[in-house]
Amino acid sequence: MSIKGKAYIAGIFEHPARKIENKSLAQLHAECAKGALEDAGLTIHDVDGYFCSTDAPGGLGGINMIDYMGLTVKHSDSTNTGGSSYLYLVAHAAEAIAAGKCSVALITCAGFGRPGTIVRELDSAIPDTPFEMPYGPVTVNLYALAAMRHMYEFGTTNEQMAWVKVAASQHAQHNPNAYLKKVVTVQDVLNSPMIADPLHRMDCCVVTDGGGAVIVVSPEIAKTLKRPLVKLIGAGESPKGQMGGKVDITYTGAVRSGPIAFAEAGVKPSDIKYASIYDSFTITVIMTLEDLGFCKKGEGGKFVMDGNLISGVGKLPFNTDGGGLCNNHPVNRGGITKIIEAVRQLRGEAHPMVQVKNCDIALAHGTGGSLSTRHGSATLIMERE
Amino acid sequence: MSTPYQDRKIPAPKLNYGDETYFDAATQGKLLVKYCKDCGQYHHYPRALCPFCFSDKTEWKESKGTGTVYSYSVTRASGPKPYAIAYVTLDEGVTMLTNIVDCDLDTIRVGQKVVVTFKPSEDGPAIPMFKLA
Repeated sequence: MSIKGKAYIAGIFEHPARKIENKSLAQLHAECAKGALEDAGLTIHDVDGYFCSTDAPGGLGGINMIDYMGLTVKHSDSTNTGGSSYLYLVAHAAEAIAAGKCSVALITCAGFGRPGTIVRELDSAIPDTPFEMPYGPVTVNLYALAAMRHMYEFGTTNEQMAWVKVAASQHAQHNPNAYLKKVVTVQDVLNSPMIADPLHRMDCCVVTDGGGAVIVVSPEIAKTLKRPLVKLIGAGESPKGQMGGKVDITYTGAVRSGPIAFAEAGVKPSDIKYASIYDSFTITVIMTLEDLGFCKKGEGGKFVMDGNLISGVGKLPFNTDGGGLCNNHPVNRGGITKIIEAVRQLRGEAHPMVQVKNCDIALAHGTGGSLSTRHGSATLIMERE
Repeated sequence: MSTPYQDRKIPAPKLNYGDETYFDAATQGKLLVKYCKDCGQYHHYPRALCPFCFSDKTEWKESKGTGTVYSYSVTRASGPKPYAIAYVTLDEGVTMLTNIVDCDLDTIRVGQKVVVTFKPSEDGPAIPMFKLA
């Protein structure tokens, strides 16, 4: 069984705020849900499936939020793969819809990211923790390790990584809600403080409060709604780890999730008109583009140079909302925003300055966790009908 | 530029059942690696079941303690002192997360030969780290 053509993304909502002081976590999830339902032209009473990750409050998966929102659902899922969770959840919602388990799936992501990245619990039963925590692993240095090895093996440079941020900032200038709206240059990135060699501050994504929601529906329901039809045609997921000590941090889980999604969709990288690529750090984008087949392995640095990711300028417009690097990375989980901007592009509802012409096929990819230890990886391919 | 190594406070790792052997050995100045008697391969981090063949016939072996820097990052803006997180590939073939210590951190390079050393944790076992060979 395939999900191709079995589910549509009917509603999207990105919370406009980036700093939030006056809302509860449950309220923020519910407001995102309300926004996406209104966008779709549906009501809370239409929802029969709820999907969330561990940013939702409560220790019982989605049950607390299901109760808070007054939902009665037939299907729920609370997969946690960090920032990539929401791409997994869209695929899982499509699978559930294809199997007849629900027909209107609500996915929410929300929270308060600004207090900082959540540090792993020291006393947990996670088997790797005692062998890693003493060494001071934090999000940025675990991505920096991958960047350093990529530079060593393939000759990738800081200037090339900086181009990813430059492209994101070119897009963010047109997004009134973007956390960072200032256009930056390669030199600006290189001049920003070194956080963890070789990553400068501007190689890192923003840290914001906020969230978003997505509504996935059956074809029958999608065709009754007044919104442009965005059909899911392919999905792939595959986490990657340390492989028992045979560590190779030159590639990501996208080497598996990408081909699965492309095969299901029946399209190839050259068919993709717009790509949302998870941009926790600039290196994440370079490695993911290689692993999804947009360029040869090791040539991601060259691929992103000279504005090749800038809408209207380069061959592969990416993250036209400004991405995690400039726009939004709510609660340290940017996956929901990757889906949202891809849907905007397919609907023709992106900002006119960044809207891709004839955008009929788009890809969204999520990378959650850390590139050099363990991460989730999920690829979605969508088509405008 | 020069970034001298400085000792930093290392919280004692909270161990899971079976981890004590590794950390007790570290406190005695030995680096252990798990080895599978069925498939003949080393693995890291240590597991009770081999991650390659799922055999439960795994045993501890003492590593020579020598290896090569696979990747590293001098972390300059996370906490009060800079430190070098790294992946070191042991001569036994497995790659482990670690720190590079006792040197000018700005002189670390991928491919450098390193040798194991041990640093104390706070009220806990010693932690295997590496210095330039």
